[in-house]
Amino acid sequence: MADSDTEDFVTYGTPLDPIEEDEPLKKPVPLHDQTVKDEKGRFKRFHGAFTGGFSAGYFNTVGSKEGWAPSTFVSSRQQKAGKVNSRPEDFMDDEDFSEHGIAPREITTTEDFTSGRQDTIRDKARALNSLVAPIPGDTVLEDLIAPARTSVGVEMLKKMGWKEGQGIGPRAKRKPRKQNVAEAGTRIYSCALPPNGSEESEEEEDEYTPENVTFAPKDVMPIDFTPKDDPHGLGYRGLDPHQALTGLPGMGHIDLFTLDSDRTSNLLGTGGPKHRRKGGISGEAFGVGALEDADADIYDRDALSNYDSVLGGEEPGDGLFGWTAPAQYNKKTKGSSRDASYLGKILEGFTLASQASEIKTIFPPPELPRNYRPVHYFRPVVDLASTSPMVAQVLMESKGHMPQQTQEKGRHQLDASQRRDLLGESSLTGPASVFDLLDNKDKERLEGIRRLAGVGASGAMTEERRAAVVAAGVAAAAAKASQSALSSLPQTPGSEEVLSAWRSPTADTSCSFRPFEKNPPKQARYDQYISKLKQGHKDALESSLDGSMTEWERGRERDEFVRAAMLYKPSSSSLSSRFTRAKHEDNEDMVEVAQEQEGDVNDKQSAVKMKMFGKLTRDTFEWHPDKLLCKRFNIPDPYPGSGLVGLPKVKKDKYSVFNFLTLTDSRPESGGPMGAQSQPDSSPLAGPPKRAEPGKKSRWDMSERAGQPKDALSEFLSEARSEASTSQQPASSQPAPAPSLTPEPPALSQLPPETQQLQEEEEESRPPMDLFKAIFASSSDEKSSSSSEDNSEEEDDEDGHRQMELQPPGPLNTGMDPSALPVPSSAAPGAAPGAAPGAAPGAAPGAAPGAAPGAAPGAAPGAAPGAAPEAKPPPEQPKLPAAPSKEQRQEEEEFGPKLPPPTSSWPQLPASSSVPQGDAHKKKCKEKHKSKKEAKKKHKKKHKKHKGKKEKKKEKKKKPIPEESDSTSDGSADSDSDADDLPGSISTEQLLTRLKSLRGKKYE
Amino acid sequence: MAFPLPRPQPPQLPHHLLRTVDCKQGAIRAVRFNADGNYILSCGGDKTLRLWSASRGTLLKTYSGHGYEVLDADGAFDNSHICSCSSDKTVILWDVASGLVSRKLRGHAGKVNCVRFNEEATVIVSGSIDGSVRCWDTRSRRPEPIQVLDEARDGVSSVKVSEYELLSGSVDGRVRRYDLRMGQLHVDFINSPITCVCFSQDGQCTLSSSLDSAVRLLDKSTGEMLGEYTGHKNTSYKLDCCLSHKDTHVLSCSEDGYVYFWDLVEGSVSLKLPVGKATVQSLSFHPSEPRLLTAMEGSVKVWGAEPEDTVEDQGQQ
Repeated sequence: MADSDTEDFVTYGTPLDPIEEDEPLKKPVPLHDQTVKDEKGRFKRFHGAFTGGFSAGYFNTVGSKEGWAPSTFVSSRQQKAGKVNSRPEDFMDDEDFSEHGIAPREITTTEDFTSGRQDTIRDKARALNSLVAPIPGDTVLEDLIAPARTSVGVEMLKKMGWKEGQGIGPRAKRKPRKQNVAEAGTRIYSCALPPNGSEESEEEEDEYTPENVTFAPKDVMPIDFTPKDDPHGLGYRGLDPHQALTGLPGMGHIDLFTLDSDRTSNLLGTGGPKHRRKGGISGEAFGVGALEDADADIYDRDALSNYDSVLGGEEPGDGLFGWTAPAQYNKKTKGSSRDASYLGKILEGFTLASQASEIKTIFPPPELPRNYRPVHYFRPVVDLASTSPMVAQVLMESKGHMPQQTQEKGRHQLDASQRRDLLGESSLTGPASVFDLLDNKDKERLEGIRRLAGVGASGAMTEERRAAVVAAGVAAAAAKASQSALSSLPQTPGSEEVLSAWRSPTADTSCSFRPFEKNPPKQARYDQYISKLKQGHKDALESSLDGSMTEWERGRERDEFVRAAMLYKPSSSSLSSRFTRAKHEDNEDMVEVAQEQEGDVNDKQSAVKMKMFGKLTRDTFEWHPDKLLCKRFNIPDPYPGSGLVGLPKVKKDKYSVFNFLTLTDSRPESGGPMGAQSQPDSSPLAGPPKRAEPGKKSRWDMSERAGQPKDALSEFLSEARSEASTSQQPASSQPAPAPSLTPEPPALSQLPPETQQLQEEEEESRPPMDLFKAIFASSSDEKSSSSSEDNSEEEDDEDGHRQMELQPPGPLNTGMDPSALPVPSSAAPGAAPGAAPGAAPGAAPGAAPGAAPGAAPGAAPGAAPGAAPEAKPPPEQPKLPAAPSKEQRQEEEEFGPKLPPPTSSWPQLPASSSVPQGDAHKKKCKEKHKSKKEAKKKHKKKHKKHKGKKEKKKEKKKKPIPEESDSTSDGSADSDSDADDLPGSISTEQLLTRLKSLRGKKYE
Repeated sequence: MAFPLPRPQPPQLPHHLLRTVDCKQGAIRAVRFNADGNYILSCGGDKTLRLWSASRGTLLKTYSGHGYEVLDADGAFDNSHICSCSSDKTVILWDVASGLVSRKLRGHAGKVNCVRFNEEATVIVSGSIDGSVRCWDTRSRRPEPIQVLDEARDGVSSVKVSEYELLSGSVDGRVRRYDLRMGQLHVDFINSPITCVCFSQDGQCTLSSSLDSAVRLLDKSTGEMLGEYTGHKNTSYKLDCCLSHKDTHVLSCSEDGYVYFWDLVEGSVSLKLPVGKATVQSLSFHPSEPRLLTAMEGSVKVWGAEPEDTVEDQGQQ
């Protein structure tokens, strides 16, 4: 607890129970439940204030149940009873000794220490006693012998030499010249009292002060700060009970030997010639009492003389202490006398002001210049450009300011554009004013109108004239309209205008409106037209139209283009440059999809099962933190200048497979853009000519890919497709189990042993790392297989997945093959080189449903081709995150892009190819390891599938060996297990090293 | 390393119960040390957040203002603010001294599971059941978050912040690490709903516990697994895990009423700390001392390596 002592919390007492926020407020305890207990815990009953207060003792009797036992007198020879002195305490209850009892035993301040404040109660009691007492002298004597009650402080002071009436502090040798100091600061308003004679005497006396005499400081009169807290008038005194009873003004002094009345009279008599009150009630609020003589003085009369007329006026004996001084030592009197002599005579009751009043200086008004005219007129603005230089010169001179004025422009004279130039900012592309947006004719018209108006303004503009102007405008408009209407058809209305409008350099096609976006070729033609317009071609329209269209079509398009160009001519584009485009387009067909997709989940799951964390389970994406976030974290923006936040997104067609399939990096044309562009309308049966867009390649376009030597499988596929092309119509339209392909299974069963052997050979020679990778590359295959499986399942039934689980593993694969096989065949029409793009839409649904039940097996590149063409597009595709991660792509690159067969297991290879098996086989062998690896992967995948199905509920297995051995009887089992072992050992080694380094770090 | 390092002292484990604090605020959803370990924050099921003195176990302040149970809290580095999150979908920034809400941040669509300050308490990072992680600015009064990280496909159960990284564990079985400096997002697949994620103290590893009753230590840079710690039971609740203050041990709550300590390197259980009969819901390790907080039901227990009195003596020396 190093910090416990630094903590400055101090806890006192026991904490209260925390107040619960939501607890209902406690109800006040009702009266009858309020009880009082004495210190012994007994209830005390309250009898009522006038009937004895609380109950006491035992049931109001005595202190105990046994009652009160009288003390007994016991005396024996051995023990003589002593004299018992009873004290009052013996007869008191315990309560009487408590703080509020009649004989408190608590520690209280003794009288010695309550110096200033007198015990009023006791005083009162004594006063009453003295009155009531039969022998009046009784109390008097008591008072007489009462010890002097001075406070300890006073006693101490007295011992230190202090005397009453003196101030406290060191004694001063000479009295300070307090008077002068006081006088210097005072100001006298109105009349001051005449100089005091006593002061003079005091000053004089100073001279005679002996050296050895010191003076005590003046006593300070305590200021009475009693606040006025009553509504009475100032100075009001209420009834004094002493007066009421005794007629005494107070009990301050007691005469020893007289009776009350005498006492008072004596006292008052010494006080002065005041009216004597004989007793009875008197006060300012009362009239003459019954015991009083009627007197003129009953009403208090206040006189001004009772008040001080000067603030801080001299106190009697102020600093004098009985000394007086001659007048000539008083400086002040000297000064005043001199003044008086100067003035001659001072009126009585007045004194000279000590300070002369200031003389007010009056300044003369400023002198006006001679040529000043008290009227302001505004100088005409000289337009240097429009007027001749001579005139300008003259005007300038007349105005009195020279052109150099322009040189010294402050920053306030700069306008926006000048500031912009200074700052080096680029100018806005838009027009400077609204007038720039008008075309010339309109400008002219406006000019004309303005001119007319100007003329009208000079005279009085008549109604007729105004009508004429309007009429002119109308006529001009009508003429324009008729002209445009009459213009020949080929040259279409306004084409000239359009041309002129678009020729302006500000016109910007890039940001201009795209009216035919729905129809890309048309939009392309329109863009061409616009670009030609911009270049100033006269025949822009004709040249940009499609020559193959009919005359009527062309005519329509011509009209449309011109109209569109008019509508969206640069004027509007220049306006639009002042605005920004909507960030979010209302295009429901497009969807934002993350650029990079996460790798296949199945892969990862299997990796996790094998505890192969690392590359396989990790995906890395580009991620853009917000600028502000970087700032808050004190980190430089990793992507300065990019406006992106989060994961980079790509716009893709909502209903495109490509959102859900991923492509390897080896294929440059990524699914994104292609997918977005290739389907303006997503009906799979749309005519092939429409689809055939030059320059855009579908990834299904196998003609190109078939040329790639490394893709053995793609060859198989294409061949299968070409074979099955005869049945393309029904197959493409109907995602069927395709019975036509069932004959192939026998072929499958023949092939496996051979391939397996091959694999074995290869694997033995392989380096361990390859194996390692192959295994995990194979896991990507698994996904593809699963997706294809799922496809077939989908076709059969929704429950297919479950059904498959129930089926025995061995037959299942072969049994699945036929169902999966139709895939290539049905794909053939779509995927055939000629009609490549056509397959795309059809492919979409196939992959998606397949992916869905498989819990996102997603879109391994291999899976896509196989799965795609099968099924009809369902109305909605589940959105799946299925792209492979970067790592995966890298791996795939290493092993070559794979187009795995549509079904899960290797036997289907021959099935899909109607080509002689040997051929295919050789090809495979030629390519280094790739096809083998693939085959192997498939093989593995099969195992995994079994694993997944059969042993879902089982505990995780450390090594997949047993599974493999039981799942297949082929000879590759041990190789597989090898493969599994190897990566495991590697990883453990790595782990060890890592841990070691970690440990080292830790214990450093 | 030519020479073997001197044998390190056996690390001290907090196995002495120093005190039990009955928080009286319903079930304790989370208990946290503040930045320096002198104070305890307890998040109660009764909508309150309480601040306790760690050394005495006295209640210092109650913060009420949430509309539903408080699920997580964190203290700023300077102890001037506390952030807390609740089932009422809000994140609240508290002023510690006055106990007032200085900001209430709304935006999550579901209950907010976890909340954390960044190093300088300029950003609050909160993860919610709606699958998003939101970064709130404490410097401005902007009601919207600076950035929303909505990559998770299921609820975010745990969030941690380091100097330049955000670590989030999600029920979709992935641990996401947002590296601000590199501008990269690393996703590690665990395949089981993540209940808690942690950085190691040296910042080289991440620890993640998941509902398959396993805690895994992953290398941060490569994602490889450095260790897997099992033996406890965590199959249904969102339980905490953490590393000890010197990274020597891995700790995890368990549903069987124990807190498990594993040796980080060996992976073996080095201590089974019996806390009680119910599930240990939350735990928090002292940032610099062998001291542990556990929360079970309505009470918080403070554990130390040494019995209380000796600890006090040490503190006073």
